[in-house]
Amino acid sequence: MNPGSMSSRTEVDQAHIRALVTSGKRKQLLFAIAGLTCTMIALLTLLAAFLQLLIDGLPRLSWDFLTNFPSRHATQAGILSAWVGSAMVMVVTMLAAVPVGVGAAVYLEEYAPRNWLTDLIEINVTNLAGVPSIVYGLLALGLFVYQFGFGESVLSAGLTLALLILPIIIVSTREALRTIPGNIREGAYAMGATRWQMVSNHLLPYSTGGILTGVILGMAEAIGQTAPIICIGALTFIAFLPDSPFGGSPPFINFSWLFSEFTVLPIQMYNWVSRPDKAFQLNAAAAGVILLAMTLLMNGLAIYIRYTVRKKIKW
Amino acid sequence: MVTETSSPVFPGGATEPVVPPVAKAQVHDLNFFYGELRALKGISIPIYKHLVTALIGPSGCGKSTFLRCFNRMHDLYPNTRYDGRIVLMPDNVNILHREVDPIEVRMRIGMVFQKPNPFPKSIFENVAYGLRVRGIRNRAVLTDKVEEALRGAALWDEVKDRLAELAFNLSGGQQQRLCIARALATDPEILLFDEPTSALDPIATASIEELIADLRSKVTILIVTHNMQQAARVSDYTAYMYLGELIEFDRTQTIFVKPKKKQTEDYITGRFG
Repeated sequence: MNPGSMSSRTEVDQAHIRALVTSGKRKQLLFAIAGLTCTMIALLTLLAAFLQLLIDGLPRLSWDFLTNFPSRHATQAGILSAWVGSAMVMVVTMLAAVPVGVGAAVYLEEYAPRNWLTDLIEINVTNLAGVPSIVYGLLALGLFVYQFGFGESVLSAGLTLALLILPIIIVSTREALRTIPGNIREGAYAMGATRWQMVSNHLLPYSTGGILTGVILGMAEAIGQTAPIICIGALTFIAFLPDSPFGGSPPFINFSWLFSEFTVLPIQMYNWVSRPDKAFQLNAAAAGVILLAMTLLMNGLAIYIRYTVRKKIKW
Repeated sequence: MVTETSSPVFPGGATEPVVPPVAKAQVHDLNFFYGELRALKGISIPIYKHLVTALIGPSGCGKSTFLRCFNRMHDLYPNTRYDGRIVLMPDNVNILHREVDPIEVRMRIGMVFQKPNPFPKSIFENVAYGLRVRGIRNRAVLTDKVEEALRGAALWDEVKDRLAELAFNLSGGQQQRLCIARALATDPEILLFDEPTSALDPIATASIEELIADLRSKVTILIVTHNMQQAARVSDYTAYMYLGELIEFDRTQTIFVKPKKKQTEDYITGRFG
C-alpha cells in the first residue's frame, strides 16, 4: 500500500468512505448504550425489589416461620398452612392442566382438519391467555364451587388455576410439536406407524423440552395468582392443615384433602401487607421470599429436565 | 400377469444368463391429483421382482410423486386423489383401493428418504422401530433382526459396539444406511428410494449404490434419482418421465444406449433437462 501512488479522486473516495464508517460506528455505539440502559432499568428495578424483599424478610425466616400457623402475634405467626396450601393447589393444577393442555394441543396440531371451526378454536385459545384472571375466578365460583359442588376447596382452586394456564400450555406445546421436522413424521408413517404411534413414540418424547417450558411458564404464573383464588373464597386466616394425602393405613392414599378449605402464599402475604403493624409487613416479605424460592425451585427442576432432554435431540 | 416383456433381462450385464422377469407390481393407468392439478398422467408400467427400477426425469416431472403412491404417502396430506391401480403380486391387491388401509400398505412396502431421517433414538431402537410397530416384544427376536438388518445395510461392523448410542452421532452416509437397515428390518416386499444419495458426499454415495445393487437379491427396488449415471449404474429397468407422463420404459441398457424416443435421447445426452 502506497498512498502516494493513488490518484486524488481515489483519496477523496476513501475519505468519504471513512466518514461513512465513522458515523455508522457512532450510531451503533449510541444504540448499544440505549439498549444497555433499557436492560439496566428493567434489571435494576427487579433487583432492587428483590433485595428489599430479602432485607425485610430474611431476618424473619426460620424453621418456626415455616412450621407455625398464622397468629395474632406477628413474631409467632408462620406460613405453614399457606405453603402447604400452595403446594397442594399446584399439584392439582399440574395434574389437571398438563394432560388436558397437551391433549388439546396434539389434537389441534395433528388430528384436527384445517377448517373455519379449528381456526375459530385457535383464535379463542390464543385470546384466552389475555383474559383477566378475575374472570376465571368468577367462572370458577359459579362452575366449580356451586354447580359442581366442590366448595371453597383445594380442588376448586387447582382447577381454576388449571383453566387459567391451559392456553399457555396449549400454545407452547403446539409450538414444540411444530419444530419436529416433517421428514421425521414421514419416516415414522413410512414404517407403518399409526397416527397414535407416531404421536406417542415420536412427537411427545421429542417435544418434551418445549412442553416443559410451557408447563414452567404456566405454573410460575399460577403460583402467584391471588385474585381468582380470593374470588372462589379461599380463607385468609387458617389454623389447620388439610388431611395428608398419604395415610398410615391401606390404601395409604386419600383424597379428602382435595375438598379441604385452604389458603395460599399470595393470599397470606396480601393479608399481612394490609395490616398496619410493621412486624406483619416483615412477615409478608418473608413469605414473599418463600414464594420466590418455590417458583425458582420449580423452574430449576424444569430447566434441568429440559437441558437433559435437549442435549440428546438436535434437528 | 406379466405383460409385454419385449426383451429378457441381463441383471448386471449382458454376460449373465437370461432371466425372464416376474412382475412384483403392475401399475395400471395411474393418475394422481393435488387438488385440481393432475400431477401424474396415465402411467402404466410393471415393477419387476428382485430387480432395480429407476425413475428419472427433470425436476417436477412427477417421479417422486409417483414413488410416493406406492406407500400411500399422499394420504397424509389433504386434497390429494389417486385414480388408477397399482396391483401388488402375488396376491393381486390394488394398494390404491379405498378399502385398503395405507398402514397395511406401508407394512409391506418400505421407504428410504432423500435426507437421512433417523429418529432421535438409539441406533438399536431405530432399526427395531418397525418391528415394535408390528408388535414384536421378544428381546431375542429383536436383537437378531436388528443385527440381520444392520448386516444387510453393510453397517453392522461399524456400529456393533455402539448400538445404544444416539443415531445422530453417525455420519451422513451411516445415517442413510441406518435408514436402509430400519426399512430392511421388517422384510419389505418393495423398497422405495427417493433420491437417497442427494444429501451425501461421493464416497457415501458409492457405498449406498453398492448396497442397492446387493439388496436386489432380497427385495424389489424402486429408486428415484436425478443423477443419470446413478440410474445407469444401479438399475435394471429405467422409466423416463416428463411433466407427469411416462415417456419411455425399458431395460436400462436400452434406455441409455438406444432409446426409442427422441425426447428420452435428448434428456440422456444432456441436450435437455
